[in-house]
Amino acid sequence: MKSFTFERVDSPAAATMAFTRTPGARFIAGGTNLLDLMKLEIETPGHLIDVSRLGLDKIEPTSDGGVRIGAMVRNTDLAADARIRRDYGLIARALVAGASGQLRNKATTAGNLLQRTRCPYFYDTNQPCNKRKPGSGCAAIAGFSRNHAIVGASDACIATHPSDMAVAMQVLDAAVETVDAAGETRSIGLADLYRAPGNTPQLETVLAPGELITAVTLPKPIGGTHIYHKVRDRASYAFALISVGVVVQRDGSGRVALGGVGYKPWRARSADAELPRGAKAATAVLLADAKATHENAYKLPLVERTLASVLAQAKG
Amino acid sequence: MKFDTPATDNPIDQLKIIGKPTDRVDGPLKTSGTAPYAYERHDVVPNQAYGYVVGSAIAKGQIASMDLKEAKAAPGVLAVVTAASAGMLGKGDFNTAKLLGGPEIQHYHQAVALVVAESFEQARSAAALVRVQYTRSKGNFDLAKSLDGAIKPPASFGAEADSRFGDFDAAFASAPVKLDARYTTPDHSHAMMEPHASIASWDGDKLTLWTSNQMIAWSVGDVAKTLGIPKEKVRLVSPYIGGGFGGKLFVRSDAILAALGAKAAGRPVKVALQRPLIINNTTHRPATIQRIRLGATTDGKLTAIGHESWSGDLKGGGPETAVGQTRLLYAAPNRMTAMRLAVLDLPEGNAMRAPGEAPGLMALEIAIDEMAEKLGIDPVAFRILNDTQVDPEKPERPFSQRRLNECLTMGAEKFGWKDRSPKPGLTRDGRWLVGTGVAAAFRNNINEKSAARVRLDRNGMVIVETDMTDIGTGSYTIIAQTAAEMLGVPLTQVEVRLGDSLFPVSAGSGGQWGANSSTAGVYAACMKLRTAIIDKLRFDPADAVFDKGKVRSRGKSIALAKAAASGEIVAEDLMEYGDLGQKFQQSTFGAHFVEAAVDAATGEIRIRRMLAVCAAGRILNPKAARSQVIGAMTMGAGAALMEELAVDKRFGFFVNHDLAGYEVPVHADIPSQEVIFLDEVDPTTSPMKAKGVGELGICGVAAAVANAVYHATGIRVRNYPVTLDKLIDKLPDVA
Repeated sequence: MKSFTFERVDSPAAATMAFTRTPGARFIAGGTNLLDLMKLEIETPGHLIDVSRLGLDKIEPTSDGGVRIGAMVRNTDLAADARIRRDYGLIARALVAGASGQLRNKATTAGNLLQRTRCPYFYDTNQPCNKRKPGSGCAAIAGFSRNHAIVGASDACIATHPSDMAVAMQVLDAAVETVDAAGETRSIGLADLYRAPGNTPQLETVLAPGELITAVTLPKPIGGTHIYHKVRDRASYAFALISVGVVVQRDGSGRVALGGVGYKPWRARSADAELPRGAKAATAVLLADAKATHENAYKLPLVERTLASVLAQAKG
Repeated sequence: MKFDTPATDNPIDQLKIIGKPTDRVDGPLKTSGTAPYAYERHDVVPNQAYGYVVGSAIAKGQIASMDLKEAKAAPGVLAVVTAASAGMLGKGDFNTAKLLGGPEIQHYHQAVALVVAESFEQARSAAALVRVQYTRSKGNFDLAKSLDGAIKPPASFGAEADSRFGDFDAAFASAPVKLDARYTTPDHSHAMMEPHASIASWDGDKLTLWTSNQMIAWSVGDVAKTLGIPKEKVRLVSPYIGGGFGGKLFVRSDAILAALGAKAAGRPVKVALQRPLIINNTTHRPATIQRIRLGATTDGKLTAIGHESWSGDLKGGGPETAVGQTRLLYAAPNRMTAMRLAVLDLPEGNAMRAPGEAPGLMALEIAIDEMAEKLGIDPVAFRILNDTQVDPEKPERPFSQRRLNECLTMGAEKFGWKDRSPKPGLTRDGRWLVGTGVAAAFRNNINEKSAARVRLDRNGMVIVETDMTDIGTGSYTIIAQTAAEMLGVPLTQVEVRLGDSLFPVSAGSGGQWGANSSTAGVYAACMKLRTAIIDKLRFDPADAVFDKGKVRSRGKSIALAKAAASGEIVAEDLMEYGDLGQKFQQSTFGAHFVEAAVDAATGEIRIRRMLAVCAAGRILNPKAARSQVIGAMTMGAGAALMEELAVDKRFGFFVNHDLAGYEVPVHADIPSQEVIFLDEVDPTTSPMKAKGVGELGICGVAAAVANAVYHATGIRVRNYPVTLDKLIDKLPDVA
């Protein structure tokens, strides 16, 4: 770990101002991922701006009947919130399927969205990795790739995004609200937050340097049956091999997103439209451009079978 | 004391304290966080500096150059140790690769430097500034592609690479029912909770290492040999060990580099291996490829058993002895086993809990299940039918005790085996396919000579000193129980001191020999102390009784404290063994029963219940023994369902080298576990009449799980771990 300086700020404006003063700084909230990366010198910020006390820890109704989740709401608190459990159950279920109780107590909503991949080559600084060291190559593509992406990947990177919560939020059409150094705010649909790896896998989101997520907003509840099925070898405390999040309505219509298959939660509205026709039809759309390695080809049938199982459960 | 005839009645048979489910005497220290583990010995020596290990970035080749300028100039840095600066270093008898590499690199993450600094953070930060240029050489990292070049290794731990009995080839060729199948087990990591850690301090030419090590005397020798100093100048202290599983049988780089770092910095240095380094820097259980051939008559008698195993290791290393149990477990008049060893440039392989038997039974006990199905015989009945009470390769040699059939029968009864459908894939519980599986457990008993010193002090306290270690197994407790039983005092009147090379040399912890061997050594010392006390009191040895803190003889009763009133009475003895272990085959047996459920859609596998029935001689402490067995069953569940070091065959290393990547079971994976011990004594093993259980518990578990998965799904997986990707294409269609 490189030496760094640290400051604590008390408002979003102060946070982005602090960033302007110290380019190359990183915001830190729960630190459950960033600190590990700093210990391994995968991240080497010279300055940390602690954004955990900005007053962004509330869950409030929005004027259009939805909900605004403060960026610093802890995963544990979000999963336990009565409104979330009642109206956005998929999020609560996805959250408790992730990490451990201790980590969820520390991890924040925005931090969860911005956590980095768990590709083991990314974590080993002796190995080539285009995400960690652009241009060095991807060791995973012809290496140990059992957990890696089957959609949206490139010849430069096949890393997956590890969040469960993000999959649920994607299903529920979440957006992130941000503020930048100039005080400008914007709302970005979660689907648009993540950048495809292409030739620049080191660039993971569309956020500008110093742009701070202040909240996640959810539109008004859509009802339906919410199921999150996280598939893994170990029953708990493991990242998803794949996960399937669905909201299914009584008439069989619904929405679906996948985790553990790409650089972001994987959803296609055209796949949602196929849901009434069943798992095979929806999967065909979701995985239309899938490209597997010999180690992760099992994910192709696994997605369809898991979706079929989830849809059967939704029917009751 | 020499143990060369079967034990008769002795003070242990009173069973006032031995055999009781006693709480751990060190439990309060563990639960209150005050048991002093190696890295936390802030108290033992002042002015400790911190060392951080740099591991090689390549698997094989040479260090072309090292630039230490930046690292040495970094804040707080006191010294940087490399092979170039360390002077001539030897290699320990128990090590295959050097613990400090350079210029030659023998495996990935082999230590190439230690950076010593005032703080841990400074050492870690400076370690990243050590610039190393490497020249890579081509390495061999693929076991499956190395079978042709594999050689017949020399005998290992007394076991020849090959064995033949009868005429296997002819018998197999003519057998009416045959199985010929190939199985694989992957590389495994011990993944113990406490990392390898040491604090080193020099006093002139004398070195003290507070460390985490299972085998004190072996390791004193290897530290001395590696550093080129006399053994007498080395003291090892390792009273508490946060798990070892064989990974701490040997001296590793933390100890050697702490010693070198302390010398270079001129002050004590502490080193713990960082988690991402441990897997490639230290030892692991080697992967195996196994071929098993079984021939049987149509009524289920095995006529031919053949078991071949291939494994790999660094040059100079040894094989994973995966065929050992097959020489002893089932009867058949025609037999062959063979081990072959390939040279691989992966990190060095070595012992992990039940080396040999654990991976060997993972294969053999699936093969037996497959054969039973071919024969249309229940797998419990098939095992019972092929029982042997003698060493099948040396029929004149009986087992000292062999109650495998009772383990199987009792287990089947308790588990509800008789309700099981003989056909797989028939039981459905909602979305789950449910099945049950069985496997035999087998692990040899080994006796190692073991010494202890016992003191009776003026307060009547009995103090036991031996370099025996407690790696979480309960050594403190069973040794205290032994001394208390022998001297007729309550447990509270016994103090046990372990893990210090100043104490008499014990068996140490390994090969499940620790419990029986170390307590037998304490028994010997206690017998000597009893004699010394009787002499002191001028009692008649023929009728002296040690009971309730007193010695009674001919109507007189004197408190132990009084016997030592004029000065501490000390006795030391060594238990050695004659040839009973050769006359009799001493082994431990068990049966594992597992119920597993498989998600019919996703192939996710979840164990529902586990039962082990064990026959392992006298159980010295049923509570500690049960803990050993349920821990071992948990490890077996990991081996069955998730544990695998992923080999990168291009770069030559284990990729998933941390506890996020190398998954071991968590609580949610482990359901109800039941353990039953048969009431048994084995008078041929020692006066304790005990054997080990810590490794028996893992033997066969993974096969029982794999067999349950087969029974649930009808899908036979022969390559561990049994994961959903190996089932997914064969599961029933989903709607």
